[in-house]
Amino acid sequence: MYQKMLVPVDLAHVDKLEKTIQTAVDLALHYKAEICFLGVGTNTPSEVAHTPKEFEQKLAEFAKDCRARFGVVAMASAHISHDPAIDLSKAIVAQADELSADLIVMATHVPGIADHVFASHGGYVASHSDLSVFLVR
Amino acid sequence: MGSEAETGIESPDGAANPIDTDYEIGQDNFQTQLGPFGLDVHNPVFLISGLSIVAFVFFTLAFQESVGPMFNDLRVWLTSSLDWFFLSVANVFVLLCLFLIVSPLGRVRLGGADAIPDYSYSGWFAMLFAAGMGIGLMFYGVSEPISHFSSSIGGTAIGENGMRTDWAPLGAAAGDPDAAFDLGMAATIFHWGLHPWAIYATVALALALFSFNKGLPLTMRSVFYPIFGERVWGWTGHIIDILAVFATLFGLATSLGFGAEQANAGLDFLFGIPVTDGSKVFLIIAITGVALISVLAGLDAGVKRLSEINMVLAAILLLFVVLVGPTMDIIKGFFTSLVAYVEYLPALSNPIGREDANFSQGWTSFYWAWWISWSPFVGMFIARVSRGRTVREFITCVLIIPSLVCVLWMTAFGGTAVHMVTEGVTAIAEAGLPIKLFTMLEQLPLHEITSFLGIVLVIVFFVTSSDSGSLVIDTITAGGKVDAPVPQRVFWCTFEGLVAIALLLGGGLGSLQAMAVSTGFPFAVILLLACYSIIQGLRSEPKSVGAGAQASDNKD
Repeated sequence: MYQKMLVPVDLAHVDKLEKTIQTAVDLALHYKAEICFLGVGTNTPSEVAHTPKEFEQKLAEFAKDCRARFGVVAMASAHISHDPAIDLSKAIVAQADELSADLIVMATHVPGIADHVFASHGGYVASHSDLSVFLVR
Repeated sequence: MGSEAETGIESPDGAANPIDTDYEIGQDNFQTQLGPFGLDVHNPVFLISGLSIVAFVFFTLAFQESVGPMFNDLRVWLTSSLDWFFLSVANVFVLLCLFLIVSPLGRVRLGGADAIPDYSYSGWFAMLFAAGMGIGLMFYGVSEPISHFSSSIGGTAIGENGMRTDWAPLGAAAGDPDAAFDLGMAATIFHWGLHPWAIYATVALALALFSFNKGLPLTMRSVFYPIFGERVWGWTGHIIDILAVFATLFGLATSLGFGAEQANAGLDFLFGIPVTDGSKVFLIIAITGVALISVLAGLDAGVKRLSEINMVLAAILLLFVVLVGPTMDIIKGFFTSLVAYVEYLPALSNPIGREDANFSQGWTSFYWAWWISWSPFVGMFIARVSRGRTVREFITCVLIIPSLVCVLWMTAFGGTAVHMVTEGVTAIAEAGLPIKLFTMLEQLPLHEITSFLGIVLVIVFFVTSSDSGSLVIDTITAGGKVDAPVPQRVFWCTFEGLVAIALLLGGGLGSLQAMAVSTGFPFAVILLLACYSIIQGLRSEPKSVGAGAQASDNKD
């Protein structure tokens, strides 16, 4: 049913991604789908990487690691954004189309009061993407 | 994961020489959930700068009689007794920048030899103008040339104590309108040309170099790594960053407060909207509101787009004045003013043995302190949008081109206004500072449209300073992270508006502005050190630039 699954990951918080990765891996194995990890990085040095190139390398390393651990087909796609705090959600929606994915699996938090003021990334992606979106809470 | 841990710092795009430090960006950050909002802020910097700003506002409001004069005295003392220092430092920055254009170090590319520019020339240029100077050009473009022209033609006057009491630059030009015009234009351009842009360019270049090529966080302290080493991550660095936040927030808040007064005066002149505290507060809220929308739309969709709109509007206004005003005079004036600027530049920038103390201390030294206190903000913003440019390209676009634009702007607005004054239009000379521009536009046709365009430009320039300033403060207080949670930038943008309102209603805008300008002194010292850092940093970059970089160098 699904061929290519987009899984946005925040390399600064890999520890919080366990559940999302597991969900994505199970789905991938079940549907024999390919996983594409999307990382949105910055041009300026960040806690994850000092340069866009290093960011790309770390993301590729992350995908390789998942391939080895779970035996899934996984690739990595790094997107560099000028202002990720704002443009992250838009970047995910746009990259999903560009990479011709057919499912998005992403981590989000339990909605709270603040979501009425600042939409969560998961909420934005679910309401703006044409694809099926699996939000992992 | 973990295999990449040994690889250390990867090189940026192409050849570069990153600094190897154990500091991890965000390691001193404090992440918490405040009510429903997540926060990610640098531990001491955020709290201390926030609290000390609140404390300063509180003390200024509570003890106005004693605190106000104290800050003013401090500012006057700094700009008059240390005028030689401010003038010399600014000269050092100009010389450094000019040297870098011609030296082989100019070939180093920000972000590594193969980095590709983040922004097109137009977007980049629009942003650096909108953040740094636009608003000043709107207010001083007409008034400053008239001031210098009038004082020059008035000649020198000696007071009882043997000191000159006139405000004319250099030796004045008593009774000679042509010489006074040239001197007035030269003095104005001097304050808006190479020197201020060299100050911005130095800070911006230092930040861009240490962030994009050396891999250090995008915050003021990183520039001082070659000098202080690992200590920049401790209190030495905290103090530099806190000072930067302090200067930026007070600079922005006091400009916003005064800007509201000036915009209100303009609206009163044009539409008869009364000058009251109510309408000023409304203006601050409106400007802050639009700035909030802009920061929430992000750097590309908000700040950049607004800056571009702004640049187009400013270009339309400039073109209108050039075409409808005395076109030939302006074109001729552009060149004569430029020549006059070059001719008077050595004398005007001479830091010692000046006879025109009122001018060199009251105008020049004050301006230099003011530009320097703004430089952390403007410099950091320029740095953030300049990745992928070579040093030579960067300095040409941040120093030479803006200076030429300022010459054109000052000639079109100021030069035209001076001619009008000499032809007997006294209204311009008599008008208050905020409405000088509008009284001048009134002399030209279609003034209903152009004046409206003028007031829109004034307001939008405030918005573009406010939104880029909020992004800068947010980045510094998040320890150099540009992806800190959105509520933080909302906080800084709102905070700035609130400080402006509190100072406007309670009084004290003037004294805190004096305070903000006074931070120009410590920054002048800091920036001198930064010059050393820049040279050190550039020298340690690989000499050979990649094939791609050379190809695009040739294209330029």
